[in-house]
Amino acid sequence: MFKRLLKIIMLVTIVFISATSFAGDETAVKVSKEMFTINNLWMLVATVLVFIMHLGFAALESGLTRAKNTVNILFKNVMIVAIGLLTYALIGFGLMYNGEAWMLGKFFGFAGFGLACPEGAAGLIDYSNGTYTYWTDFIFQGMFAATAATIVSGAVAERMKLDSFLIFSAIYVAVIYPIIGSWGWGKGWLDTIGFHDFAGSTFVHSVGGWAALVAVILLGPRIGKYVNGKSKPIFGHNIPLATIGAMLLWFGWFGFNGGSVLSADPLGVSYVFVTTCLAAATGIIAASLTSWKLQKHPDLTMVLNGCLAGLVGVTAGADVLSISATIIVGAIAGVIVVLAVFLFDRLRLDDPVGALAVHLVCGIWGTLAVGIFCEEYSFMSQLIGVGAVGGFCILGALAIFLPIKYTIGLRMSAEEEVRGLDICEHGIDSYHGFQIFNNQ
Amino acid sequence: MKMIVAYIKPERLNAVKQELYKHDIFKMSITNALGCGQQKGYHESYRGVDEEVNLLKKIRIEIAVNHDFVQATIDAIIDGAQTGNIGDGKIFVTNLEECVRIRTGEVGIEAVG
Repeated sequence: MFKRLLKIIMLVTIVFISATSFAGDETAVKVSKEMFTINNLWMLVATVLVFIMHLGFAALESGLTRAKNTVNILFKNVMIVAIGLLTYALIGFGLMYNGEAWMLGKFFGFAGFGLACPEGAAGLIDYSNGTYTYWTDFIFQGMFAATAATIVSGAVAERMKLDSFLIFSAIYVAVIYPIIGSWGWGKGWLDTIGFHDFAGSTFVHSVGGWAALVAVILLGPRIGKYVNGKSKPIFGHNIPLATIGAMLLWFGWFGFNGGSVLSADPLGVSYVFVTTCLAAATGIIAASLTSWKLQKHPDLTMVLNGCLAGLVGVTAGADVLSISATIIVGAIAGVIVVLAVFLFDRLRLDDPVGALAVHLVCGIWGTLAVGIFCEEYSFMSQLIGVGAVGGFCILGALAIFLPIKYTIGLRMSAEEEVRGLDICEHGIDSYHGFQIFNNQ
Repeated sequence: MKMIVAYIKPERLNAVKQELYKHDIFKMSITNALGCGQQKGYHESYRGVDEEVNLLKKIRIEIAVNHDFVQATIDAIIDGAQTGNIGDGKIFVTNLEECVRIRTGEVGIEAVG
């Protein structure tokens, strides 16, 4: 049973590879105009789905934090979409997909500033062998880029200065994210050693997660989180909003993973839909059982984290994992996300929304799982990829954070933090007319 | 019997509670309140238009105490709520005519407990 599945998966992979081979490949099969339109349309639908994930992040993060910081969280999430798209248009796209314009081994290349669609058919049907146009390629990848910075937003919530955060995100998304992406998806050195990350467990989620880890360590915990050596709960103010956010993220993941097939290949897209959803489902079940067992009652916020954990976990291998392997990957992600939340809390790393547990820990797990469950990918390559990306992200994040810390500072003053970032940064309440009081 | 009413900054509530516990004072009622004193309020701006918000969010603490506990209660509230900045709040002490515990029907000093 398992072997037969594996054969099917390998077949699927071969179909993907032939369908997604880049322009200029002489063995490429020409597709009809109609197929080109269908492929391209699916990629645009997927782009729209990835876009809605930003609303999901905004809802999840504001729901899991306090009412007095809601305007600030929403503001950051809206800004990040804009910053991500514009910096990607300016330099990110050229850094990530440099079209063999490597400058430093296969570690760094740059195709040039701005966007330049090749003339005629070269930017359209011939651009990617009839799967999408140049413009589709840009907007789909650009929408991805911003998600990496959004992950940081949740982890630093309720205490980081707005301007410092925006400066950090702009540089991180413009430079660090695309350079790392070029190593794999841009056919760089990680691609050469056989590292497989289908839709970004490492290239998107871990990249955001590592920066979040550095930020959380540099910032320190929120006031009132750790009192006299004891951890105190700081309750999220709107659990319905958090639930909407998590479900919206799942909704968007159909495009995040389904679009990463990079064509409307019927077998490929439908198979990825199945693995994506099964992992989310097992993530939910595993997280709820773990939470029920360890916390004595099932904690919805942990279950929401579990759903995202399953999704992040399957993202690296959604195209190559067998169904049984997908179930195992999702279940383990659901368990370790809850344990990781406890672990980070014990390490006194204050992460208000569980971004480290979901995106960093499960991103690493999902990437390694490809090496564990798929014979055609070596565990060592996966491990090298995880380690190299981790090291580069930590150095990159430090290089951006430290100058900010010693010039304009990273953290709000204690007084401002206690009063809330909404009034202090934005001069406005998020729920005007409601009597919401903060005793924390 | 005295009734002690204090208005404090919301974020000082936890510290005040801890100070009260140290003096073995566990009974209290807390309500949300809006108020202003010497403090001028704060500034909000919405869609380009400014607004002076005069009433600030405060916490009202009510504690009924017997005579022996009056000074301890006042000291505890001050220790917990004082930051030295404007807006720390005020404490009002009034005489309490009568007190009845509903469950047992006890009155006076026993009811305040």
